[in-house]
Amino acid sequence: MTAVAAASRQPTDWGHPRLAQRLRRRHRSERLFRAIGLSALVVAVGFLALLLGTMLKDGVSGFVQTQARIDTTLDPATLELSADRSPEALASANYLAVYLRDVRESLGQDGVRIASINGWTELRRRVLEDPGLVGQRLTLWVPVRSEVDQYAKGRIDVGADPTLAPIRPEQVRAYARLEAEGRIRKAFNRTFLSAADSTSPESAGIRGAFVGSLLTILVTLALAFPVGVLAAIYLEEFAPKNRWTDLIEVSINNLAAVPSIIFGLLGLAVFLNTMGLPRSAPLVGGMTLALMTLPVIVIAARAAIKAVPPSIREAALGIGASRLQTVFQHVAPLALPGILTGTIIGVARALGETAPLLMVGMRAFIVDAPRGFTDPATVLPVQIFLWSDDVNRGFVEKTSAAILVLLAFLLAINAVAVYLRNRYERKW
Amino acid sequence: MSIDTLARVAQNQRSVDARPLMTARDVHVWYGPKHALKGVSLDITRENVTAFIGPSGCGKSTFLRCFNRMNDTVAGARVEGRIELDGQDIHAPEMDVVQLRARVGMVFQKPNPFPKSIYENVAYGPRIHGLAASQGELDHIVEHSLQRAGLWDEVKDRLQDSGTALSGGQQQRLCIARAIAVDPEVVLMDEPCSALDPIATAKVEELIEELRGRYAIVIVTHNMQQAARVSQKTAFFHLGEMVEYGDTSQIFTNPREARTRDYITGRYG
Repeated sequence: MTAVAAASRQPTDWGHPRLAQRLRRRHRSERLFRAIGLSALVVAVGFLALLLGTMLKDGVSGFVQTQARIDTTLDPATLELSADRSPEALASANYLAVYLRDVRESLGQDGVRIASINGWTELRRRVLEDPGLVGQRLTLWVPVRSEVDQYAKGRIDVGADPTLAPIRPEQVRAYARLEAEGRIRKAFNRTFLSAADSTSPESAGIRGAFVGSLLTILVTLALAFPVGVLAAIYLEEFAPKNRWTDLIEVSINNLAAVPSIIFGLLGLAVFLNTMGLPRSAPLVGGMTLALMTLPVIVIAARAAIKAVPPSIREAALGIGASRLQTVFQHVAPLALPGILTGTIIGVARALGETAPLLMVGMRAFIVDAPRGFTDPATVLPVQIFLWSDDVNRGFVEKTSAAILVLLAFLLAINAVAVYLRNRYERKW
Repeated sequence: MSIDTLARVAQNQRSVDARPLMTARDVHVWYGPKHALKGVSLDITRENVTAFIGPSGCGKSTFLRCFNRMNDTVAGARVEGRIELDGQDIHAPEMDVVQLRARVGMVFQKPNPFPKSIYENVAYGPRIHGLAASQGELDHIVEHSLQRAGLWDEVKDRLQDSGTALSGGQQQRLCIARAIAVDPEVVLMDEPCSALDPIATAKVEELIEELRGRYAIVIVTHNMQQAARVSQKTAFFHLGEMVEYGDTSQIFTNPREARTRDYITGRYG
């Protein structure tokens, strides 16, 4: 029968114009697709460059601080220090009096309009580091007020009507005089990396938010990773496949799509109101984010476990490994790169999350870096949100600078993910 | 004729009245609604290589996987009937499936070494079953198993290389070494040569011949010449039934059933 069919069929004419046209059309659609793909890539890279460019333009100056030089005498009388040199006594001395006096002396009567009012903390820091400084004379670079800093960086245009500018004419004059005297410099902004939040932009830093983020993420990871991976292993390798496990699977997939603010409300209701855990604490923030990250990890881990070829399981079971041994000695190690990648993607998302943390009180104004998991804290994205909302212009560059820090943090985490994936990736 | 061969001939003669190592009685398997195996009974003896032949989907692999309860791992599979190992019901509650699979080893169709070193591949079984008291003993088991699998000379200088870096034929012999390192009583082979080239196939067949007598070997094969070359007993399966079972020579030269004859002469399959 096939012979008959073959005989009745005309030999194909490969040179026929219709076939040639068809071929041209195929090539054309391939070229078109490549062009579209390339332009999509260009658009994506363009937006990324735009984002980074804007942040760098606004943010880099956040890492630079304008400082004024003052000469100060740490006399015990003005410090209101008795003979007691204990850390408590040193910490509660009247540095402000010394500071204000010496700022006037060094920078002139209008010096207090230049130097930051919070500059006295620098005195305290130095004395607590070295109590021997009491009674000594020293030269100190202190931050200038935010508006002066902004002016020095050229971010304030005094314009036609100086009365409308955020900086006052006498400040501009004093700044010009001090700059001519060589009492002004621009230096790396250590305050930004070492301080926590402040109402004055020149004293504000991201250390508090950074430590808060780190503690929060640790809690998230410690909860979500083991629970998520074990749940995935159980569902994939041990659970019977029936209507209940189907229902659980659907629920987990749905949970991954729930808006993050809902998790924040859940955290508020359960962790704060029912369980009475401390408000604003990294512990609660981490637990809330763990709820949010858990489904992501479960889904990623299940996919990674599913991707391990069944032949490996059969091999292990076939020589008498128990199911537990099969899973933990053969399947899990092979699934590990995928599990880690998924986990880090989930954690990176949690790191950038703001909304649920607002609900559990992590938007509080905290002037000290948290020392533990139950101390009040804030996190980087919330700090960015808070600063971006601030009326003080000095916070504009702080916001961008904090975004740069957050991006660097995320980049570091993704680099770890890539490293781990390459490190543990095996072929079979 | 070497002493070894003489001994084997003697063994073959004894096999006639040897007590079966494994017995299967009226075994049925369902995969969901599909009745894949319909009441098969068969004895397996230590001295013989038993071959299962038959067209695709005839139930021969399904039956093989009953002997070490690998069908337990298949979702929706249901096994009925009685299978005994040394007179012990393998489906009895007191039968530990982990121990059963140590006693009834398996080699799979596609070579599936662990993505670990050659040494670890072989050492894994003895280690989880606690068969070696010391590192030295473990080394010995690994060497011995690789020797029995005819792989030692090829890999002795690179035991730490990955098992997956070997050629297909070497991988399959590594899997055989891994199976016999646990010192099983039965070795089940599910089309062990179907992914191998003819030279590797010849090596594995040689190996099967070497291993006969020490282990009861059951081999599923698509290749009838292979069944004729390596086995002493052959079972022919068709559509979930065992059509005929007997001495290999008899099955291939003088089959009783018409379906067997048709299959062997290549009318279908």
